[in-house]
Amino acid sequence: MKNMEPQDITLTVNGRNHEIKVVPRRLLVDALREDLRLTGTHVGCEHGVCGACTVLVDGRPQRACLTYAIQMEGHEVATIESVDHEGRLSVLQQALHEEHGLQCWFCTPGIVMTFEAFLRQNPAPDEEAIREALSGNLCRCTGYQNIVKAIQKAAARMRPEQI
Amino acid sequence: MKPAAFAYARPHTIDDALRQLAAGGGQSKVIAGGQSLGPMLNMRLATPVELIDLNDFTELAYVRDVGDAIEIGALTRHYQLADSALVQAQCPLLGQAARTIGHYAIRQRGTLGGSLAHADPAAQLPLVAVTLQARIELISVRGRRSLPATEFFLSAMTTAIAPDEIIRSVRFPKAAAAEGSSFKLFNRRHGDFAIVAVAASLALEGERVARLSLGIGGLDAVPRNVDALVQPVLAQAPQAGWTEAAARAVLAALVPEDDARIPAQYRQELAQTLVQQALTRALERAITKRDGGCP
Repeated sequence: MKNMEPQDITLTVNGRNHEIKVVPRRLLVDALREDLRLTGTHVGCEHGVCGACTVLVDGRPQRACLTYAIQMEGHEVATIESVDHEGRLSVLQQALHEEHGLQCWFCTPGIVMTFEAFLRQNPAPDEEAIREALSGNLCRCTGYQNIVKAIQKAAARMRPEQI
Repeated sequence: MKPAAFAYARPHTIDDALRQLAAGGGQSKVIAGGQSLGPMLNMRLATPVELIDLNDFTELAYVRDVGDAIEIGALTRHYQLADSALVQAQCPLLGQAARTIGHYAIRQRGTLGGSLAHADPAAQLPLVAVTLQARIELISVRGRRSLPATEFFLSAMTTAIAPDEIIRSVRFPKAAAAEGSSFKLFNRRHGDFAIVAVAASLALEGERVARLSLGIGGLDAVPRNVDALVQPVLAQAPQAGWTEAAARAVLAALVPEDDARIPAQYRQELAQTLVQQALTRALERAITKRDGGCP
């Protein structure tokens, strides 16, 4: 008989190890929200389309609804809770705030995690590249204009010559 | 939705994984990136008894020059295909197609083997494999075999993979010196599966089109290689009107799927336009390459 029962795993999230018990079918996003009470990561469509649950796994953006928690042993998960610096918003978060890049904020954690990674890989993206990457995160209220502006602002502030 | 219950195995070696898969008797399923299988599980369209995780087998994530072809490991992620200098130099069509898959986060996780095994009729990598007549290598406890992509896709979401087999690698032929390629697709929302997609790769000898590889996805249940259909038109290339003649020749022979959401005529018209666009762009790139420019 195959083992579908709860199993002990170690989940490494935001640099901390958590010992939890999960059934194999437990979505990573449910483990984060319900077992670790890290509710900053939102869950929307549960099939990879909306982008709300995007987190970083080993530094790369991934859907936490298309990953099972049990697969994450030995990997580093980073969530929105790791982004601020001692209570200060990250450059990207600050830019979203200033440019009115969020309204209801449901999609925001996924957008922040996506672009924390994207801007590290692409320090000087053009608008087309930003919009291409942003196409994986659905926003239904703010609209994308201000989100794009915020990402451009953050990119400019993060580039070394601006410091 | 949440998936139905399944057991989970994370074997240490590929041989262990193959043994476990064979022991599963068709009730076990391998998971790589999970970007197609995940939604199928979550929506309970797939309900395997056991998932066997292949993600630890980083030895299956590579792009390698093997003489007249490039060999790519099944666990190679889409972003790795898009970023690979070897792919860009030797098989640019594959890189062009990989860049259009899903979204940025999906491309970080989805794999070549997973996309081929899933066999969505409109997916990018199956179309490129069929267009370029790639060879797909399968392994199991019984040994290994390799088959051409055109024999691999049997129907929508159905392939020649036996229940105890996994894809190990894929070999794509190298492009010629004066070969240009193009990948075109149409979808209603960026990142969705295409309604119709077209892949073209075209090699010049002087002014003459010496060879054309052309494939269409999304028209019916499997991606189609239509090289034979365009062969009679090649003599006209690259004179004015040849792309239109090529599109006509292809569409006269294929019967598009017809459904309420996307009528056959719409698919046909999309295919016509995309074939012409892809051929035009591939020719431009081939000319640039022939004349020593950067494609």
